[in-house]
Formats: sequence, structure tokens, C-alpha cells
Amino acid sequence: MFKLRATILKDIRILTRDKVGLILMLAMPVLLAIVITSVQNSTFELVNDNKVPLLLYNKDKGPISEELIKALDKIGIFELKKLSGTQTEKDVISRMHAKDALVAIIIPANYSEEVLGKAKRITQDALKNIDVIADTVINPPMKEIPLLLYYHPVLQQSFRNSIDGGLRSALQLVQSRYIVKRLYSSINEHDIPDSLENQITSNQTPVTEIPVSRDGSRNIPNATQHNIPAWTIFAMFFIVISLGSSIVREKLSGSFIRLRTLPTSFMVALASKQITYLLVTLLQAALIFSIGVWLFPKMGLPSLNLPGDKVGLLLVTLACGWCATSFAICIGVFAQTQEQANGFGAVSIVILAAIGGLLVPAFAMPASFRLIMQFSPLHWCLEAYYGLFLEGGKLKDILMNIIPLLIITVILQLIAIYGLKRKNLI
Amino acid sequence: MEQMNAAVSIEDLSFGYKGQPRKNFTHLNLQIKKGDRFGIFGPNGAGKTTLINLMTGLLNYETGSVRLSGYEIKNHKKNVNRLFGFVPQDFSFYHELSPAENLGFFGAWAGLTKQQIQHKITELLEILGLQEVRNKPVHKFSGGMKRRVNLAISVMHEPEILFLDEPTVGVDVQTRHAIINYLKQLNDKGTTLIYTSHQLHEAEDLCENIALIDEGRIIANNSLSSLLNEHRQGGLEGLFLTLTGKEYRD
Repeated sequence: MFKLRATILKDIRILTRDKVGLILMLAMPVLLAIVITSVQNSTFELVNDNKVPLLLYNKDKGPISEELIKALDKIGIFELKKLSGTQTEKDVISRMHAKDALVAIIIPANYSEEVLGKAKRITQDALKNIDVIADTVINPPMKEIPLLLYYHPVLQQSFRNSIDGGLRSALQLVQSRYIVKRLYSSINEHDIPDSLENQITSNQTPVTEIPVSRDGSRNIPNATQHNIPAWTIFAMFFIVISLGSSIVREKLSGSFIRLRTLPTSFMVALASKQITYLLVTLLQAALIFSIGVWLFPKMGLPSLNLPGDKVGLLLVTLACGWCATSFAICIGVFAQTQEQANGFGAVSIVILAAIGGLLVPAFAMPASFRLIMQFSPLHWCLEAYYGLFLEGGKLKDILMNIIPLLIITVILQLIAIYGLKRKNLI
Repeated sequence: MEQMNAAVSIEDLSFGYKGQPRKNFTHLNLQIKKGDRFGIFGPNGAGKTTLINLMTGLLNYETGSVRLSGYEIKNHKKNVNRLFGFVPQDFSFYHELSPAENLGFFGAWAGLTKQQIQHKITELLEILGLQEVRNKPVHKFSGGMKRRVNLAISVMHEPEILFLDEPTVGVDVQTRHAIINYLKQLNDKGTTLIYTSHQLHEAEDLCENIALIDEGRIIANNSLSSLLNEHRQGGLEGLFLTLTGKEYRD
């Protein structure tokens, strides 16, 4: 025990005297968490709070296009920028190139006429079946001139889909209103009262969004709640740079030769490194969580809500930290040079983060990747943290995430021991 | 019984590095008696460092036997590691730590208690003139000071046998003088010194008995004075050139 204590003390001293290494391990992850959360929060706000600039070129002179414009405005996600009649489609495109807006809609010249014609035809088709109109009337197939939706190529598919959804809902609302009006007047031979029209067209069943949670809480997940656990895991695994190189440096330096000639197993050195760096990972987690709880609200970012199960949080953090140190030790044992440890370590963490769902959500991945992600320890870390942070779960709810994580950790330890034995180091 | 009186006993040792067709040693035999000041010399590539690495257990041998104070190295690694100290040619400590911190750590690994460590730190830093810089990081030290730290760590646990691989390379005359004197003091107290170096004048001063190795074979093994008489040489350098020739070896 005295040997282990002396070795831990030695490792802590060396670690704390490496100022650059400390900055890499503590300050950089904090910076990363702040930057990524800020950026993602802006994206969330762009989608949820901010309005998307939309150029609107209305060639139609009728009233229905104006109703469509009102409906678009009412959706609340667009900041409408109307173009005057003297401008052309080329002007629309050049303004988009200038990023004046990322989306533009061109309403065709006969849009109102088209909608009215469509309402008439649908009404006739509907009333034919109930013998109000003689079925000798044959409506020719409709040839519609489409609305044009221009979008800038920088817009991502998911973003375009939500814009498309908003546009379609506005179109549906306007067209349905005219069909209802036409139907009513055809049956009742007078115009539909406004109140009834509103009841028919605007009386949708309300939707209440409820995030699924195990503890019954109704906290709506935000960028902080998603990002802090993910980047904490990323930071923990990035100790591979420091720990992996430290092991390689020790192997290559004369001190390692001396250690091998002393009557103490190298396993003591390995245990010391694990304990020291496990403490570092705990410190990283405590620091990043604290920033999420206390600093983020002061920066205008959503605050981090810590899970109710604090014991579960500690155990998950310990399991993640142990796995991260085991991975780093494995890299350190097999790498021949510091460059190998740093290069392979850093790239492998980014790959494991990508396939583990830290960079792209797991649900958005192709089926083949969902199998591969089971082999990424970062995936199980993330699932365990999300179980606590997003789902309000307790330790028992995330056991099935911790068990695979521990299995991977034990495998990494065995591989490291095999490597040390093969190199005659233990 | 003879093996028990020998600090080092090598019998019929064969060794070759993996992947190399030629063996470094075949059927090598060498005895170094307890309390000796023994020098191992030879041209570059002769096998001196390989032999020291075999005697300290840093390399595993295939056939034959290497015993330290009667213990077969490969069977009693932990016991054997308590018996000897090793001063490698490279600086073998943590440059970020101070001499006191390095001695504290390596002392613990050598199996000393906290009290023993504190006692030895004070004693060794005083003897080797490092007391004033005991808490300064070693990376700020001169080469000579680093050599003294390297030596201090190796003798923390008062080993029976001390292996020294070029212990004074790159140091000034004062430091060399201090180190050689300290080694003689250790030897007077019973420590067996097994020394290798290219500093032949220093070796003449330190060593009583020597072995000359060339191409994995011991070509001479006797007391220094006997060998000088036998080959009618006035110094170790002349003896060395007579027995190993004047051609480049590396």
C-alpha cells in the first residue's frame, strides 16, 4: 500500500507540473462544452425562437395569395421579406446568393384562380355523389402550376423539411378554407358564416409535447442537457493523449529500466496511473457539470439540471472514467512512440465518438452502424448518462448500459496486461 | 558452496536477440567474487551492455545459468532485485521531480520503509553534495548533478551488488573524482562493484579484477595487475589494444 501511495504521489506531482497537459485535460473540454453548447443552442433557437428569413415574390394579384402570405406569417417561423412587383426571379436568386435569405417562395400569377378552380372542381365531384349536381358534369384533370420554393444549398435536409412542412400546412389551410366555403355555399346557397368557417378550418385537435421521463418530471431537454454529458465523456476519453503518452514516455525513458530492476511489480505503476487519472476524469466531470449548472445560465445558455440520483451519477462517472483510463493504458502499452499514442489515441476517440452517437444521434444512424456502435464504450457511457440526465432514470434503470461498459473495461484491462506480459514488462 | 561466495556466477550462458541468427554469447562462464571491484571492458558491440542486462534480469536468457549471491535470476526475480542496484548509462529518474522526490519514490519501490527513506535521503544528498538542491526539479541540474542523482537512487536500498554502466560519462573532473571516491567507500563497506566504461584511466583506478570481452567471448579474465604483467603493458589502454586490436568495431 505504501508503494502504491508513493507511486500515486509521484504521478500526481508529475501531472500537476505539466501545465500544458493540465490545460489540455481540464480547460480544453470546458471550452469545448461551452462552444458546442452555445452553437447548438443557437441552432435550437434558430429553429424554435428565431425566424427564418424568407423572400416572397407574389406574382398573383388575387386575394388568396394574400391569405396564404398571412397563413405563412401566422406559422411564426418565417420572417417574410416581400419583393415588389418590378423584381424578377433572377433578383430572387441573386439575393439568395447574397444570403439575404436562405429560402424563397414564388407564388405563380394565377394562384388565386387556381385555388378557386380547384375548390369548384372538388365541390362538384363531391356533390355529384349525393345527386345535388347532375353527374353529366365531367371535370377534366387539373393542371396546377406549382409554387416555387428556392433554398440555399447550405440548408440541411432536416431544416428544409421543417420549412417544407410549414409551407404545406399554410397551403393546406388556405385551400381547405376555399373548398369548405364553396361546398357550403353550394349546399346552403349562401356564404358560410365566419365563425363556422373558423371552426372547420382552424379547430385542430391540440397537441401537447411531453418528454418521456422515468421520474415524472416535465423538464424539456435543451442543448445543455444533451451536450454536457456527451462532451464530458469526450473529455474523459481524451485523457488518452496525456495518459497514453505518459506510459510511452516512461517506457522509453531510463526510469522504466530502473523500475524493472526494483523488487516491485509494474502492476503497481499501472494501478497508480489508473487511480490518478480516474481522479482526473472525476475532476473533469465535476468541473464541466459545475459550469453547466452555474456558469451557463450567466452566459445566457440553458442551465444543466443534474439528475435526482446522485449516487447513480457518481457511479456512472466512475465507470466512464475507469473505461477511459483503461483505453488510454491499452494505447500506451502498445504504442511504440508518443506520436503513435497521440495520433492513434486522438483519432480513435473521434471515431469511437462518431460511431457511439456523440457526434450524430444514435437514432439517425444507419442500421449497420447501430450494430457497430455496441462496440464503442462511448456509446454505453452516453446511454447511461442520458438515462440519468434526459430520462430522469435511476441507477437500476441504466444497469443494462453500465454492464456492457464494465465488460469493455475488463477486456481493455486484459488486453493491456497481455501486452505488458508479451513485452516482458510484468 | 563456491556459488554462494560469488556475487555473480555465470555458467554455460547462451543468449541471442530474437530475429538475429548469430548468438551474442555461447557457453559463457564468469565468476565475480563478493566484495570485488570488477570491470567489464570491450570494444563497441562486444556485448558488455547485453551481459549487464542479463545479469540484472532486464534480458531473459535461454540456456545456462546466471546467479546473484547464489540465486538463479529467472527463478527468484523478486529476491534478486533486492540484492543489486543498477546505475544505467542513461539518466534513470523523473526529470520533473526533485532529488528528494525521486529518492522517495524509488526508495518505496526498493521496499524501504518511510523512516528508512527519510534517513537515506538526508544521508545520500549530503554525501553527494545535493542537499542544497534537494527540492529543485532535476531538469534544471547540470550533467554532473544528474549523474550524482542517478547514483544516489541506485544505492538507496544499500545493495550487495552495484552494477555501473558508464557512471561518469560526460562529467567534469571534480564530479568524477567524487563519484569514484564514493564508490570506493561503498566497496570498503562490502558492496561488490561491477563496472563498465570506456574511461580506462578511471577503470585502472577503480577496478581490481577485469574481464575483456570481444565478439561475445571473454578473451581475458584476471586481476588487472596480473594481466598487465602477463602482456607486458603499463596500462589498461595498452592491454586493451593488444588484446582487441586497433580496427574500428562499430
